[in-house]
Amino acid sequence: MLVAVLSIFVGAALAPLLVRLLGRAAGWVLGLLPLGVFVYFAQTLPQIAHGESLRQTYEWLPLLETPLSFYLDGLSLLFALLVTGIGALIVVYAGGYLAHHHQLGRFYVQLLSFMGAMLGLVVADNVFVFFIFFELTSLTSYLLIGFYHTEEGSRRAARKALIVTGGGGLALLGGLVLLGGVAGTWEFSRMLDLGASVQGHPYYLAIFILVCAGAFTKSAQFPFHFWLPAAMAGPTPVSAYLHSATMVKAGVFLLARLHPVLGGTALWTGTLGLFGGFTMLMSAWLALRYTDLKQILAYTTVMVLGLLTMLLGIGTEAAITAMVTFTVVHALYKGGLFMMAGNIDHGTGTRDLLELGGLWAAMPWTMAGGVATGLSMAGIPPLFGFIGKEVTYEAALHMHTWGLLVLVASVLANVALVGAGLLVGLTPFIGEVKGAFTRDPHEATPSMWVGPLILGIGGLAFGLYPSSIDHTLLQAAQAGILQESHEVHLALWHGITPAFIASLVTFALGGVVYAFWQGLRVSAFMEGVGAVFGWGPGEVFERGLYGGVHLSGAITRRVQNGQFRWYLCATFLSLLVLVGGGMLAGGGGAEFSFSGEIRYYEVALATLILLSIAAAVRTHDRFVAILALSVGGYGVALVYLLFGAPDLAMTQFAVETLTLILLVIVIVHLPGIQGDESIGVRLRDGLVAAGCGALLTTIMSVVIQTSLDLRVSDYLAQKSYTEAEGHNIVNVILVDFRGLDTMGEITVLAIAAIGVYVLMRMPRQKKPSLAAGTSVAASRSDAAETETD
Amino acid sequence: MFYSLILRVAARVLVPLLLLFSLFMLLRGHNLPGGGFVGGLVAASAFVLYVLTAGVHESRRVLRVEPHTLLGVGLALAYGTGVLALLFGKPFLTSLWVDLHLPVLGDLHLGSTLPFDIGVMLVVVGTALLMVFSVEDRLPGLVEE
Repeated sequence: MLVAVLSIFVGAALAPLLVRLLGRAAGWVLGLLPLGVFVYFAQTLPQIAHGESLRQTYEWLPLLETPLSFYLDGLSLLFALLVTGIGALIVVYAGGYLAHHHQLGRFYVQLLSFMGAMLGLVVADNVFVFFIFFELTSLTSYLLIGFYHTEEGSRRAARKALIVTGGGGLALLGGLVLLGGVAGTWEFSRMLDLGASVQGHPYYLAIFILVCAGAFTKSAQFPFHFWLPAAMAGPTPVSAYLHSATMVKAGVFLLARLHPVLGGTALWTGTLGLFGGFTMLMSAWLALRYTDLKQILAYTTVMVLGLLTMLLGIGTEAAITAMVTFTVVHALYKGGLFMMAGNIDHGTGTRDLLELGGLWAAMPWTMAGGVATGLSMAGIPPLFGFIGKEVTYEAALHMHTWGLLVLVASVLANVALVGAGLLVGLTPFIGEVKGAFTRDPHEATPSMWVGPLILGIGGLAFGLYPSSIDHTLLQAAQAGILQESHEVHLALWHGITPAFIASLVTFALGGVVYAFWQGLRVSAFMEGVGAVFGWGPGEVFERGLYGGVHLSGAITRRVQNGQFRWYLCATFLSLLVLVGGGMLAGGGGAEFSFSGEIRYYEVALATLILLSIAAAVRTHDRFVAILALSVGGYGVALVYLLFGAPDLAMTQFAVETLTLILLVIVIVHLPGIQGDESIGVRLRDGLVAAGCGALLTTIMSVVIQTSLDLRVSDYLAQKSYTEAEGHNIVNVILVDFRGLDTMGEITVLAIAAIGVYVLMRMPRQKKPSLAAGTSVAASRSDAAETETD
Repeated sequence: MFYSLILRVAARVLVPLLLLFSLFMLLRGHNLPGGGFVGGLVAASAFVLYVLTAGVHESRRVLRVEPHTLLGVGLALAYGTGVLALLFGKPFLTSLWVDLHLPVLGDLHLGSTLPFDIGVMLVVVGTALLMVFSVEDRLPGLVEE
């Protein structure tokens, strides 16, 4: 499985090259990659359906205790197949949709990385591996949503998605760490039968809240739903993929994965049922407020996510059957419908329902896929959507308490869904051509209609022959969630059951909604719903964000006023208060004692350093001050050398030289030190400096009195040559024993350098009041940059 | 640019010497004081000296690659040696060693710590140069007049 996941990332790396070589045809070739992975996962189906699960572990850094472990059971397999199967169609589709975009290669890098992250997420076994892939989906979807990065709207939508899902991810990390600590294992597969002990633990509530925060933000549950409809600012292939098979399902997948561990309690059922049910009902009706195809589809995605969350909350056998069935149903129709919307946009220049109609003649292939998926969304028999709706009603009817409420809510939500499905899948194609399109309506290229068509046929085939997946994939997925095996049997016709009657009611009301949609859309009721739930939470978020930016701006202006003197003073004062205060609070008094012989050259060196400091303090010329400070620095390097640390001394010499040159470059352009500061300022600076000196002296005297634990040093000295084949222990530590640290350090160094680069490229802020001092302040902060590094 | 004849003449001798010295530092590091970090600092000093005497424009031309490329290549080398160990079925970042018997150079004992150290060196050089170059881009005439 590691190879399967990695191959997608390798594909991402090679994508730009392929696009350069093959041009538009690259999509077809790249599509083979997810298809191959799809086949790889599909051939494990007989085994998984038999009730087995696969587990693979790669120890990549044993001491870190985070093996790359993967776990494939029915639940993971279901999602892996959706991610790769629909992914293959999306890759092909994107080749057509963005054929004329000059950054198609870049798009494929982002899309395939996203796919790899999503695939890794669903098959991950280790909690941290899962989390890293979870975060990676947030990051890559940020890039994808903001792909049209020259547009303000896209950037805003991408930022919204990143902050909401990233914030949720942070909460999730906390929840997972707590969960792992409580369960005593970091592997999901080993947690699955520890449900009872986790639920009895005092931390259960905290774990539950944090995990829910991660899942609800990712899967756009109320009140975090607003980022998802905004995310349609990305290119259509992204919306199609994001909504159908990936990203938003990650939260639902997380809840399903942890269902055996956290689920089944009253807290779980109540919270998931309430949030899911409310989200479902609200967004289903919100969808009807819009005339933009993608907007309608986006809100119905939120509706389905609410439904899935609610079903997971209910958690009975019937509910989980409905949940896994609806996951497949939704992935099939939503992917197809988004692609269809993209084709219509491409072919006519509009996605507005009020302008669309009569496209049956111009776009036959798109129509075939669109109608099949649209009717599946509306739940019309014999499509798979009908079965999905039936089993949902069955789940509600099987509940002991609250069943009626859930049934009514589901019916009401599905009524809106029927309306929306007919609106999206039928209206653009039937009737007369309405307005004048900005483009002459034409059929899309085969790469663009093949996806919706395949998904439409899939919906029809599963509807007619549900036995093709119910006993295998769906049953295994259900077993993965419930951790016990039940028979899953789906059929189009069950006889006249209560669920069937509920379906008939749904169709009747849905038909009414469809017929009177124009009037309903602008009614006062819908306006009210839209105002409160539609953009209410999004508005609060935006305001909060801008408030935060203003607040931090105000703080920054106050703290970072451009005076380097003040920065240093604040830094050292903090050091003094935090470290010194800490030492005082800890009651650690130090008694200054010194034993040992003082050699004459040590005295000379100390005198040199002291003299250089005196010169630096007294001079009014910056150049002299810098030179004097450097003499002090070289003096310190000599101390290192004398006390047997040649590597450290050498580095200190080199750093000192480099910073000296860099500082000189900058500082010769600054005016001299005026020396006209008030006596108060001088006194303050002097006190802070003296305090820091005293603090460090105290620390040093404490340190030399502590007896050294030589175990580590001895170990390294012994093993340096035998294990790492080097005599220079310092370097062996840097490149071998603690190579990981060095790797982290050079990464930080590179990031700092890029930070300076970006800072230097930012347009200078124009502030009239500070105009005179800007250049001085800017070069001062340059000096600060070079010095601190 | 500093119009100092002494500095310019000295730099012509010093820059190549310093670069050679930085390589020396890098290569001896495993057994004697030295290593990629110090080597990188020395090399960076050499380039900064060159910037001071020949100017940023000329230095960019001589360097041939942009500093951020150095950062990228350095990081890739360091991470690459880590992944290399994985390919040999060892934990991430395990050092690998080979003994080579070459006709002219004699016996060589080579380890994957060397490319790692070269990576460190490139990152250090890239960082220093990226800073100097960006300062010059921001405030033209600061280094070069």
